[in-house]
Amino acid sequence: MDKKYVPRITSFLCKWCSYTGADLAGTSRLQYPTAIIPIKVMCSSRVDPVFILRAFLKGSDGVLLGGCHPGDCHYETGNYHTRRRFAIVKTVFESLGLEAERIRLSWISASEGPKFARVANEFTETIIAMGENPVKKKIFL
Amino acid sequence: MGSKRNSVLIVGAGIAGIQAALDLAEMGVEVHLVEDTPTIGGRMPQLDKTFPTNDCSMCILSPKMSECARHPGIQIHILSNLKNVSGKPGRFKCTILERAKYVDPVKCVACGLCEDKCPVKIEDTFDVGLRTRKAISRYFLQSIPAEYTIDKDKCLYLTKGVCRICEKTCEAGAINYEDKDREVELEVGAIILAAGIDPFDPIGFGHFGYHRYPDVVTSLEFERMLSASGPMGGHVVRASNGKEPKKLAFIQCVGSRDEGIDRNYCSSACCMFAIKQSIIAKEHIKDLDSSIFYMDIRAFGKDFDKYYEKAEKQYGVKFKRSKVADIIETPEGKLRLRYTLEKGTTQYEEFDMVVLSIGLQAREANQRLSEDLDIRLNEFGFCRSERFSPLMTSREGVFVCGAMNGPKDIPESVVSASGAVANAVRFLDLERQGLPTADESIPEKNVIGQRPRIGVFVCHCGINIAGVVDVKDVAEYAGTLENVEHTEDVMYACSTDCLDTIKKRIEEHDLNRVVVAACTPRTHEPLFRETINEAGLNPYLFEMANIRDQCSWAHMDQPELATIKSKDLVEMGVAKSRGLQPLERLPIEIDPKALVIGGGLSGMTSALSLADAGHQVYLIEKEDELGGNLRNIFFNFDDKDPQVFLGDLIKKVSRHKMIEVLKGAEIEDISGYIGNYKTSLKAGSGKEGRLLDHGVVIVATGGEEHKTEEYLLGKSSRIVTQVEFERMLHEKDFPAGKLKNVVMIQCVGSREEGRMYCSRICCSKAVKNALELKKVKSKTNVYFAYRDIRTYGFSEKYYTELRDEGTVFLRYTPDSKPVVELIDEDVTDSRARVTVFDPIMDRDVVIDADLVVLATAIDAPEKNEELAKKLKVPLNADGMFLEAHVKLRPVDFATEGVFLCGLAHSPKDMDESQAQAKAAASRALTFLNRKAVLAEGTICQVMTDRCSGCSYCESICAYSAIEVDPEKLVAVVNEALCKGCGACVASCRCGALDLRGFTNQQMYSVFDSLDLVITEKVGD
Ligand code: FES
Repeated sequence: MDKKYVPRITSFLCKWCSYTGADLAGTSRLQYPTAIIPIKVMCSSRVDPVFILRAFLKGSDGVLLGGCHPGDCHYETGNYHTRRRFAIVKTVFESLGLEAERIRLSWISASEGPKFARVANEFTETIIAMGENPVKKKIFL
Repeated sequence: MGSKRNSVLIVGAGIAGIQAALDLAEMGVEVHLVEDTPTIGGRMPQLDKTFPTNDCSMCILSPKMSECARHPGIQIHILSNLKNVSGKPGRFKCTILERAKYVDPVKCVACGLCEDKCPVKIEDTFDVGLRTRKAISRYFLQSIPAEYTIDKDKCLYLTKGVCRICEKTCEAGAINYEDKDREVELEVGAIILAAGIDPFDPIGFGHFGYHRYPDVVTSLEFERMLSASGPMGGHVVRASNGKEPKKLAFIQCVGSRDEGIDRNYCSSACCMFAIKQSIIAKEHIKDLDSSIFYMDIRAFGKDFDKYYEKAEKQYGVKFKRSKVADIIETPEGKLRLRYTLEKGTTQYEEFDMVVLSIGLQAREANQRLSEDLDIRLNEFGFCRSERFSPLMTSREGVFVCGAMNGPKDIPESVVSASGAVANAVRFLDLERQGLPTADESIPEKNVIGQRPRIGVFVCHCGINIAGVVDVKDVAEYAGTLENVEHTEDVMYACSTDCLDTIKKRIEEHDLNRVVVAACTPRTHEPLFRETINEAGLNPYLFEMANIRDQCSWAHMDQPELATIKSKDLVEMGVAKSRGLQPLERLPIEIDPKALVIGGGLSGMTSALSLADAGHQVYLIEKEDELGGNLRNIFFNFDDKDPQVFLGDLIKKVSRHKMIEVLKGAEIEDISGYIGNYKTSLKAGSGKEGRLLDHGVVIVATGGEEHKTEEYLLGKSSRIVTQVEFERMLHEKDFPAGKLKNVVMIQCVGSREEGRMYCSRICCSKAVKNALELKKVKSKTNVYFAYRDIRTYGFSEKYYTELRDEGTVFLRYTPDSKPVVELIDEDVTDSRARVTVFDPIMDRDVVIDADLVVLATAIDAPEKNEELAKKLKVPLNADGMFLEAHVKLRPVDFATEGVFLCGLAHSPKDMDESQAQAKAAASRALTFLNRKAVLAEGTICQVMTDRCSGCSYCESICAYSAIEVDPEKLVAVVNEALCKGCGACVASCRCGALDLRGFTNQQMYSVFDSLDLVITEKVGD
């Protein structure tokens, strides 16, 4: 792994499951790369597809979206909406010729500290393998 | 009713006393918290980390301590003792003696100048003698109250009449040598004893060389060494040479499980304590080699075995089953342990440092308290309580919790504290509370339209953060950000000192937004919000950056990168805080009825507690009969018949006019939220469906016996489970013929792949049944195949008794399990041949058994999953319900208004289930006893001018909280129903919706703050 290059992965985590799972990973001292930059949201369904695009266009090398497992959303059906929206964002990415592998949706429950750490590690590796987000390179105004 | 007092006196302000005080105060009860030492907090502040989550002890305790200090309903009496109690329950007259402090708490500003100047050094009891303090001092850094006190036996002026230096240095003029002890008379409805426990003093254990060899320390001393705020700043070094130890040994059961010194009980917590210390020590010293010398590892609590496994597999801690004979210091300064293995062979091994895992013992003060209060103690000096009334003392109206009536870990103490509260309220005159009235003396500052003036506080959290992240650098960086008017790094952001600092800075710099970079908002956000509110800011003008749980702890080997990430997180927090607006919280009415799911021991106990407190309860049971697993229990260590107890309980529950029992009921659906739940029951088999309205839910769905075919269970009527065996004993219905040999096999299904947990009660249960068997068939040989004997607490003595009866104990390991074969395949009641490898004799033992009894595991019911989904609460990996916080919120869910108890939480014994059931009731009462609570302010809003009235949001909202007004054709939010998830916001095509506290603008600015795109201007 290239030591110098630390990608940046904007990670939207829902307060009830994945954010708690991420805290649990920390209290259990499970180690993962600093690339993961968490942003707390109340529910994964708060994440407007525009957030993902905007984070991406602002130079995030990857965007991670964490929610409760399907059926477990604290707000009944929130993550079903998330799932559908995410599928669309993927398609949009693909049709715009962006790298859809740079965005990932993961269901991580409050008790899944290890899963959070695993996803964090895996995803960072994927992103490192892909290299920097091309939009990060100079743009001209 | 009117003659009852609405106040409670609590003796002891450790975690149990604090929890009891907070629960009561939330119910509107006046609390007197009487504490012997100069501070509240008890033992927890001395601990560095807590098992099995490695959470920082002080960090999780601190918010509760502060809450206690600031709650108007709680009065703290430090340096005080309860002297005398007269009168009757409901109206006790108590006399407490408040000792002189010699410092006026009103004038003292806790600046510490006096301590610097005081010439008298004394032993620091908080740091167990590892450091000194002065005769005028405060107990520890985050003491509450923070004010200083003088030790009158050590002060030069008070003993010899000379000095008075502190008086001269104190600018506040707070020193008062004339201060006198005073007696205070109080009238209270009930008394809760939570006076705690003492560590065993191993000074008499000469063979371990404690005090003779500097590198032999107690576990408590070692804990202080590990602690960042401790005497060594978290750097473990040998007292003999100041170097880091490379080899560390833990000796278990020092002062526990030892008949010779009158301690034939297990201290219950030391195994886990040692495992934790070995893990944490490894984190401090990378290549540390640690070994734990033990008899049995008693990792019987929820998720404890996984922690044990982690220590062994991941951290390489060595577990050595042996008995340590003595320790000798070699001429090279090493400590040589002589120990005997199971096989009887003696071995020697040298270590740099030895930690004695000291047990817990009753406090000496219990004796006096028992005389003054006329309550009984047990044979070991602990407060006496019975298995079927685990929180009661021998005096009516006086209750006990925490470790005072037996060794307990932190969550058990918290549970028992809340449980004692449920008992106490019966003697109080509870009144349903209205909404807390806003403190008129601090008017809320109007910040709307003002330019943001942000204050940033970056927490060291001892070394939890500062050990990895360069905290000073982060704080400095924050200062360079736009709108940041003040930045500061602080030792513990949540300490009362620092909270005061935050308030002061708000004043000084006229701050209108506050960002704290620290542990996690999950535990600490409420505390900080309240703090800024006390300084006149709306609580929603606060933002937290998670630089511990999601940064320093997750990137321990990457200090530089973790510092960069912390800066990013702070920058994001600042960016988000710019857009914060003051929000209003609307009241939600609370329906005072409760739903209890599960009619076993726990459910019935909860229901009864709530009903006795005057609330209507729906108790639903899936079967056609109440009682649950208790119906299968016939014996108890102390002769009381469980079935008689059960009969009484069922009678009380069924006849209670406030309880409606719904048997054979199945839940169709649960909807709603705190205060306003609606549960529908399925119709069917002659029953009509029902719709129940209630304000809270208690989950008491119990556990199930593990179904298995292991060890040929089901293949012969002579191979049975412990549950079946107990019934057999009860009905005296043994298999035909002689009962010469009975083999008991433990851990059937427990502690192995797929069920990596201990079922906790099987060891005690098997011991109990074996003793019962011996009573009726004294000639029968009992063989006990086990992995570790886990008769924790006071059950230990029954294990000793069984040993003395001549029972043969054969230890097996998971890779050489006992083998059971049928002797005669053709009959249904074949005897069985059991082969167990005996490590003591180092060979197989073959037993022809007339009966094989299997201690099958306790499973989480499969139906938990369905219920968890309906309630929107989480399960753990084993399918058991997952509480809000394993240490300090053991009966709450993160979702407000839903609670859990009994086996639904994890396997536990009858007394523990009852305590937890009462605790759940008490936590529920903190809501039920209020007419309304405040909803979150972070809800959805509509910008009407943008709304096209497309009604798409209507179809998204799971709560029907948003609707299009048919006349105006714009969306309208029902603020009482909106939960603030933001699902509609993300779907709005016109951008007409927004989520308060998480607005689109705020979210954009958060990830925009990390702008990484390099731009260059071309053209003009
Ligand atoms: S709350 Fe976690 S996905 Fe909705």
